[in-house]
Amino acid sequence: MTDTKQGSVAFVRSEMVPDAPPPTSTQGVIGWLRVNMFSSIGNSILTLLSLYVIYVAISGVYAFTVTNAIWEGTGGAACRVENVGACWPYIGNRLTFFIYGFYPDTEYWRPNLAFAIGGVLLFLLATPQIPGKVITGALFLIVYPVVTYFLIYGGSFTGLLQVPTEKWGGLMLTLVVAVTGIVASFPIGVVLALGRRSKMPLVRSVCVVFIELWRGVPLITVLFMASVMLPLFLPEGTNFDKLMRALVGVTLFTAAYTAEVVRGGLQAIPKGQFEAADALGLNYFQATMLITLPQALKIVIPGIVNNSISLFKDTTLVSIVGLVDLLGAVRAGTATGTWSAPTIPVTGYLFAAAVFWVFSFAMSRYSQYMERRLDTGHKS
Amino acid sequence: MASGVPLQKTKTAVKRISSEEGWLNMASENESSGSKAVSDAPAKASLVNDPRVRAIFYQALLLAGVVWFFIYIFGNLNANRASQNIRTGFDFFGNTSSFDIGFTLIDYDRSSTFLDVLIVGFLNTMLVAVIGIILATILGFALGIARLSSNWIVARLATILVETFRNIPLLLQMFFWYFGVLKLMPGVKQSLELPLFIVFNNRGIVTPAPILSDNFNTVWIALLITIVAAFFVTRWANARQDATGIRPPAARINAAMIIGVTGAVWLISGASLNWSIPVLIGFNYQNGIHIPPEFLALLWALTIYTAVFIAEIVRAGILAVPTGQSEAAKSLGLKEGDRLRQVIIPQALRVIVPPLTSQYLNLTKNSSLAVAIGYPELVSVFMGTSLNQTGQAVEVVAVTMLIYLTLSLTTSAFMNWYNARIALTER
Repeated sequence: MTDTKQGSVAFVRSEMVPDAPPPTSTQGVIGWLRVNMFSSIGNSILTLLSLYVIYVAISGVYAFTVTNAIWEGTGGAACRVENVGACWPYIGNRLTFFIYGFYPDTEYWRPNLAFAIGGVLLFLLATPQIPGKVITGALFLIVYPVVTYFLIYGGSFTGLLQVPTEKWGGLMLTLVVAVTGIVASFPIGVVLALGRRSKMPLVRSVCVVFIELWRGVPLITVLFMASVMLPLFLPEGTNFDKLMRALVGVTLFTAAYTAEVVRGGLQAIPKGQFEAADALGLNYFQATMLITLPQALKIVIPGIVNNSISLFKDTTLVSIVGLVDLLGAVRAGTATGTWSAPTIPVTGYLFAAAVFWVFSFAMSRYSQYMERRLDTGHKS
Repeated sequence: MASGVPLQKTKTAVKRISSEEGWLNMASENESSGSKAVSDAPAKASLVNDPRVRAIFYQALLLAGVVWFFIYIFGNLNANRASQNIRTGFDFFGNTSSFDIGFTLIDYDRSSTFLDVLIVGFLNTMLVAVIGIILATILGFALGIARLSSNWIVARLATILVETFRNIPLLLQMFFWYFGVLKLMPGVKQSLELPLFIVFNNRGIVTPAPILSDNFNTVWIALLITIVAAFFVTRWANARQDATGIRPPAARINAAMIIGVTGAVWLISGASLNWSIPVLIGFNYQNGIHIPPEFLALLWALTIYTAVFIAEIVRAGILAVPTGQSEAAKSLGLKEGDRLRQVIIPQALRVIVPPLTSQYLNLTKNSSLAVAIGYPELVSVFMGTSLNQTGQAVEVVAVTMLIYLTLSLTTSAFMNWYNARIALTER
């Protein structure tokens, strides 16, 4: 394509033809739709079916929670009408009961304060960028439970009104059970995990039996056991309140699961780390506390969080052994005479589901974030 | 021996790796303590430092602790039982239960024994567990594959379903389906009449019940034999494929054999199959099979809750198969279905099976939540009602836990065997 040729042949273009735009069917919204939603006949049918399902679900939920819902009223009577949707006044009316149970309303600041402190500590502990994990960890695992106990229970030297555990309830009780379960089971779980990896056969078998026993049975049987058998195992006259029994059951149960997670972390540490610790002349305690355990605990954070999610959801089971947690409070509310209307149960359960969902979803997102953060890109 | 001093030193050493001093200090510390021990007996370390002696000492200590613990709690237990007049032993199993159970798979009435109660509860647990496992597996695989679908909206829909049901407690879901949905169904008089003579109301579902003539057993036997034969046909087809590269149409042969032979036997034997159709007589439906709402709510909640976890496991399993496998299959010219069946799924299964097992176990254990809605399974009838009737907490709780424990250990043993069978055979 030299200049002479171009000049000599009249019908040859002297400049390039501009690029034609790609076919409309492969770009923009239409192209995206074709690739992602209508790539074949089967896919088109699936897409239309999904759209229909989404339409039915959204319109149904919208009608139930908004258009047909009752927003004002002081009792179940307002919601006893034809084709009624959600009965929101029920939630509004009983909200403090759902959150605090029978806790005296002048003392609400105490659980509020306790959970504010817990929230701050948890934030400090959970944000990887903030240093001083050992101190916050110790505060959260040792100091915080003690402070919370005296703050919420009161009595003795605190000068606060003593609130017996029978009055605790609602979301507050759910959080108390979940946090106690997680915090108290953690050290037990770590010890069990170390024990299961011990070279001493007796130590190992005691730990294996303990772990497999709790992991092999449903939590509800553990709670039943704690509530009917525990009093029989203690010296006569020992009085043990209902919440305490449930906490013991939950803690032992969770400890077994924590142990398996921590064991996974310990197994993931290269053998060289153990050998290096030995070569430095560290004894078992030093090697564990300074070399292996810190590394293991770091990589099991997602696992521990996942455990916490299941525990948080499992706290609902305490309502079966007679404690009034969030689910128990909602359930108790639906049974009362003043608030009896056909959609009250559904309304209550939707509310409780939303609360549980927010907590669990947040935790699962955090666990995924940590997983990505801890993923170094190379396995083993 | 491990006093606070060397620990302190090591901590500084680890924290400040650059500071040589810390390391040196620690080293000298260890050396001095070591030499002290060695100086008396140059060949052997002192008994205190012998790891074997220490191990025996620690284990003896642990054993003593465990033994003391059991002596202590059993001492208290006996004292408490004596003072509260609680009977001991397992002879209560022979006593009459004198309470009714609403849903039983075997003959049971008030005059049955507590052993019968245990069997009824166990069978009810197994019923819901087996059906739940089958349904949850199907739904879970469908959801898991849907999440990876190239169809954008299908993938999003599956994701939303999974994220919603995964993060809501099972008990809450069960309450929702039971008190919020099934209990609000129309009453008996206004029952919904579904196709195939199925009736749906607030007392559950009533379906037609098959009535089999006595000689129907021959048909079952024929079915069983043809299924076993189908298994061998499949093996033969696999062997042919390995040897010649051409796969005989095993699926078609099997279908023809199972339907054809069983059908022929049915016709020749003259076995009859009738249906008992539910009819409304008085205040309730008679005939047919009655499925209580408790069972439906439990099964539905367990299925969905477990299925979303299975979906995540399936998704992770499929993602764990390297893309190269799928590309290699494509370049060999395998069709989409063959690619999934012959290349992707077999490899994904290795990753899927172990966590799938624990989901099956979870489903079985979670069926115990039925105690809250009154489906008469093991925990509900045995740990609940029977415990109240007999008052023998320790025996009842121990038996119940033992049953669950046996189930767990059996399942994990079976799955370990299965897992070993499909594990990667490296050549």
